[in-house]
Amino acid sequence: MISKEEIKHIAELARIGLSETEIEKMGKELSAILDHMDTLKKVDVSQVDSTSFSVLIENTMREDEIKEAEPTVIERLLETVPEKKGKLVKVKTVLGSNE
Amino acid sequence: MNKLTIKQLHQGLIKKEFSSQELTKSFLKRIESRDKKIGAFLSVFKDSALDQAEKIDKLIAEKKELPILAGIPTAIKDNILVAGEKCTSGSKILENYIASFDATVIKKLKEQGTIILGKTNLDEFAMGSSTENSYFGPTRNPRDLERVPGGSSGGSAAAVADDMCAYALGSDTGGSIRQPASFCGVVGLKPTYGTVSRYGLMAFASSLDQIGPLTKTVEDAKIVFEGIRGRDPKDSTSLEKEETEVEIKNLRVGVPKEYFVEGIDPEVEKTVKEAIKKYEKRGAIIEEISLPHASYALPVYYIISPSEASSNLARYDGIKYGLSKRENAENLLDIYLQSRGEGMGKEVRRRIMLGTYVLSAGYYDAYYIKAQKVRNLIKQDFNKAFEKVDVIFTPVSPTVAFKLGEKATDPLSMYLVDIYTISVNLAGLPALSLPCGTAHNLPVGLQIIGKPFGEDKIFTAGQAVEKDA
Repeated sequence: MISKEEIKHIAELARIGLSETEIEKMGKELSAILDHMDTLKKVDVSQVDSTSFSVLIENTMREDEIKEAEPTVIERLLETVPEKKGKLVKVKTVLGSNE
Repeated sequence: MNKLTIKQLHQGLIKKEFSSQELTKSFLKRIESRDKKIGAFLSVFKDSALDQAEKIDKLIAEKKELPILAGIPTAIKDNILVAGEKCTSGSKILENYIASFDATVIKKLKEQGTIILGKTNLDEFAMGSSTENSYFGPTRNPRDLERVPGGSSGGSAAAVADDMCAYALGSDTGGSIRQPASFCGVVGLKPTYGTVSRYGLMAFASSLDQIGPLTKTVEDAKIVFEGIRGRDPKDSTSLEKEETEVEIKNLRVGVPKEYFVEGIDPEVEKTVKEAIKKYEKRGAIIEEISLPHASYALPVYYIISPSEASSNLARYDGIKYGLSKRENAENLLDIYLQSRGEGMGKEVRRRIMLGTYVLSAGYYDAYYIKAQKVRNLIKQDFNKAFEKVDVIFTPVSPTVAFKLGEKATDPLSMYLVDIYTISVNLAGLPALSLPCGTAHNLPVGLQIIGKPFGEDKIFTAGQAVEKDA
């Protein structure tokens, strides 16, 4: 059973705000799901490499050069920004004290 | 008109039996009359669709030679970007988000002159198997309005099944095209990983996602697949590959014994086995095969996909776009916590939390690395099987479409619905889902799995099953 503290820690890592009731519920649900994952303990993987590729493909390279985006794309992107100053995205202080 | 296949519609347009505008109006009318009950569409592009149709009709009048998809109306899952239109991914956090560019598949389809009718409903961020996880409400199965259409591409499947479009696009990460196709009685294809560009598809799990068609026939699925496939410099995981057709008498079919065990609805099992028997009568060789690690596919998937999702969905942070909760935010962290906490639904938050946990220090080796190793074993099972057979036949789902709300409270029981489709994504294989009969008066889908880039073989087999059904 995942502890409340652990859920709080994970929630902060995931940057998701959860209420006290949500934290408790999440703990139960994740524990149940993770219990199911324990069947993997039975599998012998001593002879196996891990893979994150489903199909073996070669890495694709390209020249390190700037390709300007189309003006309409830039315009639309800027329109979706919640808070901006000119073409710059505005955020709250990044460096400094945090709760 | 609404019931015709793409090929028939193309013929009809060229022979001037009807115009693209008439065709488009017919579909728009159907959407207007049916969609209040079904809820397949999140947005309908009435004006732009008719504009597009007008342009196509001019080209037809000028006797220009047109691609087969020209003037054919389609519906697009709302996690695929169409420039200038809302793209919500079924989520509150993107409720008012406007796409700034076309996905590559959309660019290709527009070049061929397809008519985009609108965007379809989906489980939020493609996470779900019933389209009940959409922030905008569920979609209903046209075959039985009390039941789910499946998910996560439920809107697309329902739109095709109810003749609200000629074909649709969906995305498939663990079965999200194939399973709703099965539940709604239409055809769905998940292409080989990499054959269709993911540029412009809102990423869920990058090593598993693929865009694919939902259509009325296998031939239509082939037509749409040809129209959207291809290497894309904007998606470095995309590739080009050729394949040749094979005569059916030479196709060896494998049926995995592990797929017909406890848990499958006996009526579904009966229907699928009957379809396989009919296929055998055509001269195909049916062989029992073994996929020994089949039972591990579910835990492997539910470790890998949430992990990739936790990374991919980190971008929805209320800073550059989307829901941004700033009123009560004292600092930057608050904006993240509140925007994501409020903007994302229960299932999405659950999976992000699961992924974050699994990837965190102390658990990474036990869960994530272990899962990736077992993934390799699952892949090897398929490789071994494909030494003996050309295609593999399985049920798509252990169940037919269930009732709305039936599985909503137990996440695990919902996950089990995808037990047959998941391993296909883990191994990057192509797979077709097509109607092969009914059980409890509801559609049952047969899944045909092929080798990587083996789409032609699965189309060939699929067309035969289609004739027999």
